[in-house]
Amino acid sequence: MRATAAEETQSGSLVLLCLASWAIPGAGHLWLGRRSKGLIFLIALPMMFAIGLAIRGRLAPFDLSDLLVSLAAVADLGIGLPYFIASALGYGGGDVRAVTYEYGCTFLIVAGLLNLLVVIDAYDTAMGRK
Amino acid sequence: MQSHLLLLVVFAFFVSLVFAVIAKDEPRAQLRYGGLMFGGFLASAIVLGWLMYPFPL
Repeated sequence: MRATAAEETQSGSLVLLCLASWAIPGAGHLWLGRRSKGLIFLIALPMMFAIGLAIRGRLAPFDLSDLLVSLAAVADLGIGLPYFIASALGYGGGDVRAVTYEYGCTFLIVAGLLNLLVVIDAYDTAMGRK
Repeated sequence: MQSHLLLLVVFAFFVSLVFAVIAKDEPRAQLRYGGLMFGGFLASAIVLGWLMYPFPL
C-alpha cells in the first residue's frame, strides 16, 4: 500500500525534526513548542560537552580495530554540531596524563548519549506519544 | 577543576537534570525526580567509594 502525500510530508518533517534535534541539542523540542525543555537541553548538553573538553577529555577516533573506541566515537558524535565545531577548532585531542582525562572522556560520551535520548524524546513528542 | 568530588557532583547534576526534564513534564515532578536521582548518584558514589577503600589498586 502506498503512503499518502500527507503521510510522506509528515515523515519528511519527522526526519528533519530528528536531524535538527541531533545537530542542535534541544532544537527539536523548541520546534515542537516545548520551549522550557528545549532551552534546558540547549544550555545543559553543550555545557556538559564543553566541560568535557575543558578538563582534557578526548573525542574518540573512529578506530575500527578497537570496538570500544569506535562505540565511544559514535557516542561522542551524538552531541551533533558541537562535535564538528570542536573538531574543526582542534579541541578534543585529550591529555591522557591529566588527572581529569577519564572524567573528560566520560562527560563527552555521556553528553552525546543524552542528546540521542533527547532526539528520541522529541520524536515521541512529535508522534503524540507524550 | 581537578577535584574528583566536584566533577562527580557536576556530572550528577547534568545527568539528573536531563533525565528529569525528559521523564517528567510538570516542574514539581521534575524537581522531585531530578533531586532523587542527584541524591542517589552522590549517595551511591560515596557508599561505593567507602566500600572500595580497603582494596588496594
